[in-house]
Amino acid sequence: MDAVLDFLFGPLKEIWAYPTFFVEVVVGGLLTGVMYSLVALGFVLIFKASGVFNFAQGAMVLSAALSFVGFNELGAPLWLALVLALALMIGLAFVIERVVLRPLVNQAPIILFMATIGVTFFIDGFFQMLWGEDVKRLDVGIPKDPIEISGVLVNTFDIVAAVVAGTLVATLAFFFQSTRIGRALRAVADDHQAAQSVGIPLQTIWVIVWSVAGIVALVAGIMWGSKLGVQFSLALVALKALPVLILGGFTSIPGAIIGGLIIGVGEKVAEVFWAEKIGGGIEDWFAYILALFFLMFRPQGLFGERIIERV
Amino acid sequence: MSLYRFGSALLGAAILAAPMALPAPALAQANEQFIPSLSYRTGPFGPNGTPFADGYLDYFKMINARDGGINGVKITYEECETAYNTDRGVECYERVKAKGPTGATAIVPLSTGITYALIERTAQDKIPMLTSGYGRSDGSDGRVFPWMFTLPATYYSQMDAIVQFIKSKEGGALKGKKISYIYHDSAFGKEPLPVIQRLSKELGFELSEFPVPNPGVEQKAIWLRIGRQIRPNYVIMWGWGVMNPTAITEAAAVGFPRDKFIGVWWAGSEQDVTPPGDAAKGYMAANFHGAGKDYKFMRDIENTVLKPGQGTGEARHVGTVLYNRGAINAAMVVEAVRTAQERYGNKPMTGEQVRWGFENLNLNPQRLASMGFEGFMPPLKTSCADHEGGGVVRIQQWDGKKWNWVSDWIEPNRKMLREMYEAGSAQYAKEKNITPRDCAKQS
Repeated sequence: MDAVLDFLFGPLKEIWAYPTFFVEVVVGGLLTGVMYSLVALGFVLIFKASGVFNFAQGAMVLSAALSFVGFNELGAPLWLALVLALALMIGLAFVIERVVLRPLVNQAPIILFMATIGVTFFIDGFFQMLWGEDVKRLDVGIPKDPIEISGVLVNTFDIVAAVVAGTLVATLAFFFQSTRIGRALRAVADDHQAAQSVGIPLQTIWVIVWSVAGIVALVAGIMWGSKLGVQFSLALVALKALPVLILGGFTSIPGAIIGGLIIGVGEKVAEVFWAEKIGGGIEDWFAYILALFFLMFRPQGLFGERIIERV
Repeated sequence: MSLYRFGSALLGAAILAAPMALPAPALAQANEQFIPSLSYRTGPFGPNGTPFADGYLDYFKMINARDGGINGVKITYEECETAYNTDRGVECYERVKAKGPTGATAIVPLSTGITYALIERTAQDKIPMLTSGYGRSDGSDGRVFPWMFTLPATYYSQMDAIVQFIKSKEGGALKGKKISYIYHDSAFGKEPLPVIQRLSKELGFELSEFPVPNPGVEQKAIWLRIGRQIRPNYVIMWGWGVMNPTAITEAAAVGFPRDKFIGVWWAGSEQDVTPPGDAAKGYMAANFHGAGKDYKFMRDIENTVLKPGQGTGEARHVGTVLYNRGAINAAMVVEAVRTAQERYGNKPMTGEQVRWGFENLNLNPQRLASMGFEGFMPPLKTSCADHEGGGVVRIQQWDGKKWNWVSDWIEPNRKMLREMYEAGSAQYAKEKNITPRDCAKQS
């Protein structure tokens, strides 16, 4: 009994004894959560507009970053490399729509999901073949120096990442809520056939949404690539976005952000204060435990749309 | 189909199938030594596996081009992609083990996971396995592991050498000091734990351990704890792949000094220090061979392989730490074959003969000079009981452009390590019901 009490409450004493350090961990978690949200946003966009869980989102992050660095290494200045990488991601959206999605219109979501698994392996292999498998350095000039604010250590890079994510979310929210295309996207998400019957061109909408997801992937790829280097492992950051989606809901852009923040803080606090007592290295699976805990009360995620079906 | 066409087809099929039906001795006439390469050029660890595989194959090409093979026996090779997955590694092993006139010369699995999976298989198939700088350290005890070779150094030796280095930097004593150990949460990262835990008790330093789940793309929590709470004197890291640049970046993010941060030799390549950029300046890592191109064998590779356009990979990999590591692994296999030929004659060697060669390697300064390895690696000598042979380690430091030595060769505590090897191998022998060889009776 003492051991259980010590496990549960021992870390609380540590938090009480070192409040500044606790704040540092929470701030670190919030800023890391923002990075997770950047990846989760791409998943949400495609799911929201087409009901498809895009397994290829991680591969898109990798391909976007590889292309950006690749063009830069070929001599293009950063702004031109950005434009070229954007164009390539939009081109990729066209190809995916034409070759993969169009033949599968009105198929069950699981069929489309399986198709995105195929797309993942193609993108991973093709873009590594195109740009090489070497680890590439990505420096877009964002400072990475640690700074102290009221005794709390934060990193400049993480703050910039938070600003970038915030701007992206605001832009996407505006796009979905206040533009004609945004409304059309939501209509397609609700019912493909109904949207088609009122004249919404499904193919065009899919190209647009995959293009926007490609742009989000590029931003996420640049931010994560600046941190880890551009290499195959970038595709694996998608795994960090899954608990965010489970928690925040697959259809909500604010959900991706709030979910990211909760997961970020939760896993960091758990790792720093509780992990040592059970052998360490818990943050990866703890994120999923946290997400599952929320699912027990909100099966559709914190901000997901509640699905009510008539029987 | 007419009877004539059916007969012709049958005859054709018989002609095509004939070589497969020939008895093995007929094929063994080829004067070739087959050496497989279990490599990984794809997946999360592809950036590290690629230069290694390039160096491994380029060395064989150089031996063929410069010397006409090993004493006239041409080296043939074949790559099999494992993607650093144990199951695919085993599949590759099964695919290549019987190829060539005498079967696979030796297996270099380049993965601790694959090594563990192949220990019993290689022993059954009588193929020596070389695990240079990875795998299980107690495999150095040749009495229990006759088919496994850990030369030139193990993780145990390396950990002891790193702690010795830190001790020398801290004025000769570690009592009351703090060392944090951050490691890949796998068999690889856990392997040296017994050594550092024992040294912590014996030398009196406070040890904190931090496992990092694969692949290690997120380590902020760990580094906040290290850099802001524990504030150790030194951090030792056992990482691989993306875990390494992430750790260096996060160390910089919490302001932990990079010149107090030492990585395993798998965290000491250009691939690890390139992504963090300036943040990696001052970072250190262990090594068991030199970096760069300023060695005779590298000039031979340049002249006989690269200039004629026969290089395996991209030119920028040549001379990097992992390219050179591939080359040193290839050289160990070649020298084992050469040693075996001294006893069995200049012909293709079988796995059993190569095993004898590995067990009787004596790379003294003269032999290293003739290989073009002067200044590249220290001498080593193996025996029936000692399959590690050398065990010395050196520390290098990244200056932002290249690796520089910051220590001499460090001799680990042989007595302590041998005791640990024997304890581990005795346990293994008991589990597997193996009677250790009596090395006094071996010739």
